[in-house]
Amino acid sequence: MTILYALTAAAIMGAALYMILSRNMIRILLGLALLSTGVNLMIFLAGDFSSRQPPLIREGQQVLDEAADPLAQALILTAIVIGFALTVVLATIVMRGWRATGSLDVRRPDAPEQPDDPELRGPDAD
Amino acid sequence: MSIAAHAAILAGAVALLVRALSAEPLAVTIFGGWPTGIGVGFAARLPGAVLVVVAALIAFAAALYAVADIGARRRAGGYDALSLAMLAAVNGAFLTTDLFNLYVWFELALVAALGLITLDRREAQIGGALRYAAFAMLGATAILAGIALLYGVTGTLDLATLGRLLRTTPPSVATAAAAALLLGGLALKSGLFPFHQWLPSSYAAAPVTAAAVFAGLLTKMGFYALAVVLAGLWGGTTLLLPLGLIAAATMVLAALSALTQTDMRRLLGYHVAAQVGYMAAGLATGTAQGVTAAVFYMIHSMIVQANLFLGIGAIRRATGSWNLAHTGGMIRSNPLFAFLFAVPMLSLAGIPPLSGFWAKLLVVRAGLDAAPWLAVAALLSALITITSVAILWSEACWKSLRGRRVRRVPPAMLAGMGVLSAATLAIGLMPEPVLRVARLSAAAIARMGGGA
Repeated sequence: MTILYALTAAAIMGAALYMILSRNMIRILLGLALLSTGVNLMIFLAGDFSSRQPPLIREGQQVLDEAADPLAQALILTAIVIGFALTVVLATIVMRGWRATGSLDVRRPDAPEQPDDPELRGPDAD
Repeated sequence: MSIAAHAAILAGAVALLVRALSAEPLAVTIFGGWPTGIGVGFAARLPGAVLVVVAALIAFAAALYAVADIGARRRAGGYDALSLAMLAAVNGAFLTTDLFNLYVWFELALVAALGLITLDRREAQIGGALRYAAFAMLGATAILAGIALLYGVTGTLDLATLGRLLRTTPPSVATAAAAALLLGGLALKSGLFPFHQWLPSSYAAAPVTAAAVFAGLLTKMGFYALAVVLAGLWGGTTLLLPLGLIAAATMVLAALSALTQTDMRRLLGYHVAAQVGYMAAGLATGTAQGVTAAVFYMIHSMIVQANLFLGIGAIRRATGSWNLAHTGGMIRSNPLFAFLFAVPMLSLAGIPPLSGFWAKLLVVRAGLDAAPWLAVAALLSALITITSVAILWSEACWKSLRGRRVRRVPPAMLAGMGVLSAATLAIGLMPEPVLRVARLSAAAIARMGGGA
């Protein structure tokens, strides 16, 4: 079972890395989203999921006996939220880039090379 | 309003450092009232506490400088909120005691930084943000994968507990993979070779005040995490050779790239990367002396890099160009600026008695004792850096500007630079207190997995 999960995570991440290497901005965006999904599966695997018992400590005991690891799932939840937020931010940037250049090629939005402007500049000028 | 907030943060940070330096038990806050080792905690330890002070100092100087650089339109675009959010995220990373929490702060800083880069919504900024976002997300995913593997092996994310467990458990494939993933991800975040390409293009796109704060804080946040993970968790014995090779390549190649740049922002962007190479070289020696040098270098470099970016912003304001070919005449028209700018420039070049000299001296000495080839690479890079600094200085300050008048630099910009230049001079003339703090920090990092 663990091997199956590990191979699945590896396959997802391999596909994601392949997409990230593309020049199409949308593919990069989807690749990054897929990559974080693959890592989430890895965290799930890191927390032991062999037990289906809820993680509750019994009355009068100090330690948790046989149960699923709640911390790993909390981590995944956090990672999903963060990954989602970053995907949205990146999607906004991609949309802006597409509007600015009319192209989805990552090489189109210029790296900063600024034309010289000897005119007087206000505080907001650059 | 913004300046008052930053001054208050600075005062709080100094109080925290005093608390961390005194012999009292650690100032620790754990959220949710969980016992130590389970809850997510924040602790005022070294080197985090001193880095918080430096970060607050840089943010304060940037707030002064912003009076002249950030106008009403940029403030309406959320400059103040975003820069404070970024400062909060960086401080969170410096103070947290939880590895996963460290990752969360990285992502928060990234979101705030992306907002700052695209503040004016120009095409070049979109391009810079795109490069930064894609690289940084990839790096963060590698970090997260490394954390997941570590958690799977040890079952904990608390830094102190993790360090103790990692030093006692025998190395396995999983811990090796985790160390490699963390090294790769954090090297990307700190702008180390070969993952430094995003840095010059994205820093150059940001408004220059924000770029100064990035240069001061963001890469150093990555390097702080690298030091904590490699020297703290693994006891500074793993991956020394790859880290040393990365450090040597970063120092030499990034400095060489800086030589070829004509855009001042890109030139300094490469220097930011090259300087992180020096810190990594200190870390790669694997000795307490080396970690001390790395921490000292980090404190020096944060202040100097931020100040340099503030300086080129002022040059741009006075001459109307980022391009070295079209700048000049600063020394004649703005002598006070030239003095304030000379301090970080000479410090970057490593001229005594400024802070850069002591920092480089410490790294080279640690290198000579542990790995002489690292010291050779450091000296070679220092030579290239001096050349690059000389070019920048003679093009922007000495060369006379024909046909155009150089404008005056606004006093607010000079005030912001003055704060950081004074700090650089103070460290240069009195390196002993900072060196003592760096030694204590190295000891604290080494102790992380041991008794504490």
